[in-house]
Amino acid sequence: MAKQNNVSTPFWRDNRIIPILLQILFVIIVLVTGGFLINNALNGLARQGMEVGFGFLNGTASFNITEALIDYQPTDTYKRAVLVGILNTIKVSVIGVIFATLIGVFVGISRLSTNWLVQKIAGLYIEIFRNTPLLVQIFIWYFAVFLQLPQVKESITIGSFHLSNRGASIPWFEANSGTVIWIILFLLGIVLAFTLWRKMLKSQITSGKRKYPFVWAIGSLVASLVIAFIITQQGPANITVPVLGNFNFEGGHTLTPEFLAILIGLTVYTATYIAEIVRGGILSVSKGQVEAAKALGVKSSTIMRLVIFPQAIRIIIPPVTSQYLNLTKNSSLAIAVGYADLVFVGNTTLNQTGRAVEMVLIMILVYLTLSLLTSWFMNYFNKKTQIVER
Amino acid sequence: MSSSLKPEESVKQTLEPPKSTLGINGWLKKNLFNSFFNSILTVVSVLVIYFILKGSITWVFTTAQWAVVTENYRLFMVGQYTIDQLWRVWTCLGFVSLLFGLSAGIWKGTIRNLSIVLMLLYLVHTIVPFVSSTGKMWLAINIAIILAGYFIGPRLPKSKAITLVGWFISFPLIIFLLNGFGVFSPVKTNIWGGLLLTLLISVVAILGSFPIGILLALGRTSKLPIIKYFCITYIEIIRGIPLITVFFMAQIMIPLFLPEGFEINNVIRVMIGATLFTAAYMAENVRGGLQSLQRGQFEAAKAIGLNPVHSMAFIIMPQALRAVIPAIVGQSISMFKDTTLVAIVGLIDLLGIAQTVKANPEFLGRHMEVYVFIALVYWVIAYSMSYSSRRLEKSLGVGER
Repeated sequence: MAKQNNVSTPFWRDNRIIPILLQILFVIIVLVTGGFLINNALNGLARQGMEVGFGFLNGTASFNITEALIDYQPTDTYKRAVLVGILNTIKVSVIGVIFATLIGVFVGISRLSTNWLVQKIAGLYIEIFRNTPLLVQIFIWYFAVFLQLPQVKESITIGSFHLSNRGASIPWFEANSGTVIWIILFLLGIVLAFTLWRKMLKSQITSGKRKYPFVWAIGSLVASLVIAFIITQQGPANITVPVLGNFNFEGGHTLTPEFLAILIGLTVYTATYIAEIVRGGILSVSKGQVEAAKALGVKSSTIMRLVIFPQAIRIIIPPVTSQYLNLTKNSSLAIAVGYADLVFVGNTTLNQTGRAVEMVLIMILVYLTLSLLTSWFMNYFNKKTQIVER
Repeated sequence: MSSSLKPEESVKQTLEPPKSTLGINGWLKKNLFNSFFNSILTVVSVLVIYFILKGSITWVFTTAQWAVVTENYRLFMVGQYTIDQLWRVWTCLGFVSLLFGLSAGIWKGTIRNLSIVLMLLYLVHTIVPFVSSTGKMWLAINIAIILAGYFIGPRLPKSKAITLVGWFISFPLIIFLLNGFGVFSPVKTNIWGGLLLTLLISVVAILGSFPIGILLALGRTSKLPIIKYFCITYIEIIRGIPLITVFFMAQIMIPLFLPEGFEINNVIRVMIGATLFTAAYMAENVRGGLQSLQRGQFEAAKAIGLNPVHSMAFIIMPQALRAVIPAIVGQSISMFKDTTLVAIVGLIDLLGIAQTVKANPEFLGRHMEVYVFIALVYWVIAYSMSYSSRRLEKSLGVGER
């Protein structure tokens, strides 16, 4: 204390050094703990005579997967089985997201209906399905609904749709010789429609005269489809209708009870969350906006489309994104009813080969990638709808 | 109204509101038939309600065979818990009832409503025939305890402090009572089951995730890069993967990572998994609260000379947490619902019991009854939580400043 002029702060009291020391300490702790755990794991695996590695993925899977988007035989490799699982996860998630959004928006708007009864029904639906666990709901759909349906022979039939305990058989499309041409012309038509729409809209804005951009766009799309019909002389695809064969329905497309249970479970559950988000988003648009639009004499459907919706969507997108992610993650519950998604295939592989670490790692990586892709896409969409601030 | 009014009467007459806006007719007209489209909607809705109600009522009272629920009621509630040790579960319940009663007496409001719901549940159980007479005795005692707590609570000196301490020690006390730990005959965790296990896993996960979540949130907002990125990585990875993979990891990988000869029971493993999983979500909620605070609060705390720990504990955290109470309750509800996933990894929680009961040949095919019953149990608890959260939000005035 006596010599003050040449005293420098000791390093353990230096505000610049303490954080660095703390972090070094933290790193050491993490490394030591991690090293200890990994060392244990390696020792344990060595005792069982196993090494960590992904070579086992080339082995023969030898378990069957009834529901696959790509060709799959039990003689195929584990790699292909995992791929089938990933595709099944994506399939149920994408379809689930679409339906959940449709139902969610519908219920969310119903919740704000001026009709008291409709409002209460929507509220009841939300309170019931939101507050019961998803897994219980999936079990109800699977064990108590779909598996209790009548046998194939006595299936419930509405038109060409058949519902039995083997699932739902529906008419489906079958590619014919003209399908490729149809698809190409359809895509061309879309591109043409979009460019025409932008061009006409631009010239409408600059010239101030009506140019009917929408009519032009639709017209060009229809024209390209007409050309496709003239070239191929047939429809874009043949429709096959399920017909009762000896044991099961043949033709058409059969949705298994497992797929239906998980899809309906996910959809109904996630829709309740989306409905609440949509409701919140619409309520967040200030009343003055609507009143101002009304004062300008805009009709109510246009108010919804051009005033409420663009403002509400900004509030809605971020939380809805996380609901989409939740739906994707919740699709892993498929394992409970035996739908061959990633976790199901992963678990089967894990049980057959004992490769716990590798399989869990693969599952984590796939889900992280899916999450990243979804949030990346939704962020892009979000940016497009945000206010452009001056 | 009438055209033959005499002059003196017409002076007295004051105009009444038009009939069409008054009474039931007015209400109907305003809320159900205010436009052509709405009238159609109303008719359709009435039809839908009629068919759903008719279907469910017929099913509940005629088709459904509830024996599967009533005969396995004890299993649903406590699983395989040793029967002659059941008094321990009842004592725990009694302690919780006492705390509810005391809190209801002291704070009134939401907790009082919850206590009333609890009491009604007890009451229903004392009336239904399938609860054993010992059970009914315990239930009656519990009702008495709630009532006693309610009336004594406000009159007791230092009642608030006592009750708060009670809530704090309740959880360790309950675990101690349930497990025994050498004082009583041990009841191992692997035979805990049913609703008891569901509640225990959720409470452990929620309570345990709270401190970890706060630490992670602080880490994520800290200025130290290594700690910050460590926390970000942890939070984002956990939030990116499904809970079921975390449970698989807990079941398969925790034993792998432990030194040889060191084993953790699978109930505890699942609890660890659930806690670590919820902590990541909790951290994001807390971070939201931290971000909602104005910079001035941090600066003011510094200006009056509080060290970082004190300013966190006394200035920042109380405000940050208060702002995110609804989110935290929401997280707790979803954790409670997600405990059902432990049934997939082989634990016998409420859903797991349902699966085993269903497999009993005596009750073959009684899927709907079992699931509807457990769904109802989950619903009652989850709904009470979300109800109290909404009430709490209002009484705290969150979002009104």
